[in-house]
Amino acid sequence: MSATEAPGFKLGVDIDNPVMPYLRRDRIPHIWCPGCGIGTTVNCFARALTESGLNLDEVAIVSGIGCTGRVAGYLNLDSFHTTHGRAIPFATGLKLANPKLKVVVYSGDGDLFAIGGNHFVHAARRNMDIMVVCVNNFTYGMTGGQVAPTTPLGPTQTTMPYGNFENPFNLPFLADACGAVYVARWTVYHVKQLTRAMKEGLNKKGFVFIEALSPCPTLYSRRNRLGDGVDQVKYYKEKSVIKNDANTKDVALGFQSEIIVGKFVDRERPTWLEAMNEHLGRVLGERYTPYGVTHVED
Amino acid sequence: MHADPRGVLTGVHFIDGDHAACEGALAAGCRFVAGYPITPSTEVVERFASRIPTVGGVFIQMEDEIASSIAIQGAAWAGKKVMTVTSGPGLSLMMEHVGLAAITETPCVFVDVQRGGPSTGLPTLPAQADMMQVKWGSHGDYEVIALSPHSPQECFDLMIKAFNLAETYRVPVFFMMDEVVGHMTERVVIPPAEQIEVVERRWTRKPPGEYRPYDTDESLVPEMVKAGDGYRIHITGLTHDERGYPAMNPTAQDAMVRRICAKIRQHAEKLVDVRMDGVEGAEVVVVSYGITSRVAGAAVAEARRRGLKVGHLRLVIVWPFPARLVRELAPSLKAFVVPELNMGQMALEVERAAAGRTRTISVPHAGGTVHEPEAILEKILEAAR
Ligand SMILES: Cc1ncc(C[n+]2csc(CCOP(=O)(O)OP(=O)(O)O)c2C)c(N)n1
Ligand code: SF4
Ligand SMILES: [Mg+2]
Repeated sequence: MSATEAPGFKLGVDIDNPVMPYLRRDRIPHIWCPGCGIGTTVNCFARALTESGLNLDEVAIVSGIGCTGRVAGYLNLDSFHTTHGRAIPFATGLKLANPKLKVVVYSGDGDLFAIGGNHFVHAARRNMDIMVVCVNNFTYGMTGGQVAPTTPLGPTQTTMPYGNFENPFNLPFLADACGAVYVARWTVYHVKQLTRAMKEGLNKKGFVFIEALSPCPTLYSRRNRLGDGVDQVKYYKEKSVIKNDANTKDVALGFQSEIIVGKFVDRERPTWLEAMNEHLGRVLGERYTPYGVTHVED
Repeated sequence: MHADPRGVLTGVHFIDGDHAACEGALAAGCRFVAGYPITPSTEVVERFASRIPTVGGVFIQMEDEIASSIAIQGAAWAGKKVMTVTSGPGLSLMMEHVGLAAITETPCVFVDVQRGGPSTGLPTLPAQADMMQVKWGSHGDYEVIALSPHSPQECFDLMIKAFNLAETYRVPVFFMMDEVVGHMTERVVIPPAEQIEVVERRWTRKPPGEYRPYDTDESLVPEMVKAGDGYRIHITGLTHDERGYPAMNPTAQDAMVRRICAKIRQHAEKLVDVRMDGVEGAEVVVVSYGITSRVAGAAVAEARRRGLKVGHLRLVIVWPFPARLVRELAPSLKAFVVPELNMGQMALEVERAAAGRTRTISVPHAGGTVHEPEAILEKILEAAR
């Protein structure tokens, strides 16, 4: 069952909502189910955009495929809805070809870490100057609730009908190990903190990773008798512990376990383009044509 | 518009096809390449990596061909002319993004220096067995353009044409080299920049608000903008309407698919690029392309020496296939003879176009080397009987 086919689908956006100017009004209603957390993360993102002070004409958003992958299509920015798992390499090309752009990748856990895992690893290693927001709902929403590389041990998914026995990723640990300069995890209960993290991420140079835990009531919660979206947010509220600077090794998630949230990493490293310019400038001297330092248009 | 002199290495060079292809791309204005090493194509990106820092642009070696083939599309939407370079195994991985380029109408050039397949096959030896893959390899209906150079000089000249066609029609353009053309060293003349014509992107003049990404005129090719210019475009690999918005219905699907096919099909006559030698009055016509055309030329010369009326039709643009030309030649011929380094791919196209008006004799070869001219001659003799 895809989200569009999900029962009880209805219009979910209030026209007076302060984030409306950031959305493509002509694309509303959106496809997300009632109680889905993706819209909440988009609210946070829209607020973060306002607070970031960035020129929105120079912010581009890139999504892969999935329920979260639809985010790009609703935001009133230059927006690209690419292929499953490949938002990061598209964003890499976009950023390198026009370094003045602020490029945000917004996609799901399956998209970014199963099919797209290799791209994530390498973009973080290179310190590509992009911000990656992962809406982690522990499942493949769009295709009907199959096991994801983030599904905790235990719950059933349509392709793990007897419960998941595959070990999930600890995403902040992965991002940290690969070299991300900013790593944070929040849930859709923590709208203020999530907004702040997104704002900080938008103003940070280098590879930024933000994990947003978000309920998929239609396919994850109901299937595992966890109630609806509200019940899942209650779980986030009750079981979250804020530990800024926690060692990312220690923030793995279990089924309905404690959730360690916070800003885990905030450090400086030269971005890919900075490294290229610095290195080639040093080696080639006068012969080198600096690239994208002040925006070079041709 | 003339080429940007920064990318043009004017002069007489003695270089191989891979290097010449890279110079062609630089002369055409390519300033962003993403690639992943694979024999026999790697020299193209190696040269680009060493040349681009002084020209001004970016080369990035991506983590795989899937990434390379979409990184270039991101770069195209940020305004650059772009290329990726590969060989069979990498080409197979790129198919997903051939479809993305087709549906989003992203101008980009895919260089395929063909080697023996299937799978890892013959990494260091030639083939021409990807001809159908570039036409049909990604799912769904779409059209592409493919060119087939037969010499290092053509690797330079036709590469400029490949970029110009990508910009004119906003389609993925394939540059179908092979190991022999890629690695053969010959004289290559690079003219001064002011003698090289390059096609600019079809930038819109419409202001934001009036511009819709997939509005078209009679050319059926929409105008483009780039990210960062305030247009706030939405581009998707889903079926979309003129606004670029997803439109999940048969009407939108019909309009979109028909247009992305028609924008090439309706220009097919303009896109015919063949070299004809002695075709008029011929009884047999050899149809060839790429490296095989050079071997076929020897067979044609020998057949003529023996008194046969043999013509040679070399396909420079392979896709779209010059179907009308082949159809019109067919009735006066005893047969077409089609040698190629595959088990008979373009021969099927010749046969389809000839539509029973004459015979089509395939001269297949599994690759690894080129044909013996005698093998082609034998088929010419058989055809003439
Ligand atoms: C190459 C390819 N394989 C499979 C799919 C089908 N598919 C669409 S979305 C998706 C998973 C999405 O999961 P996730 O990224 O977690 O996003 P969510 O829907 O949960 O937000 C899959 C497998 C596809 N579109 N393309
Ligand atoms: S993630 Fe789940 S709840 Fe959200 S739209 Fe998709 S199927 Fe519905
Ligand atoms: Mg998911």
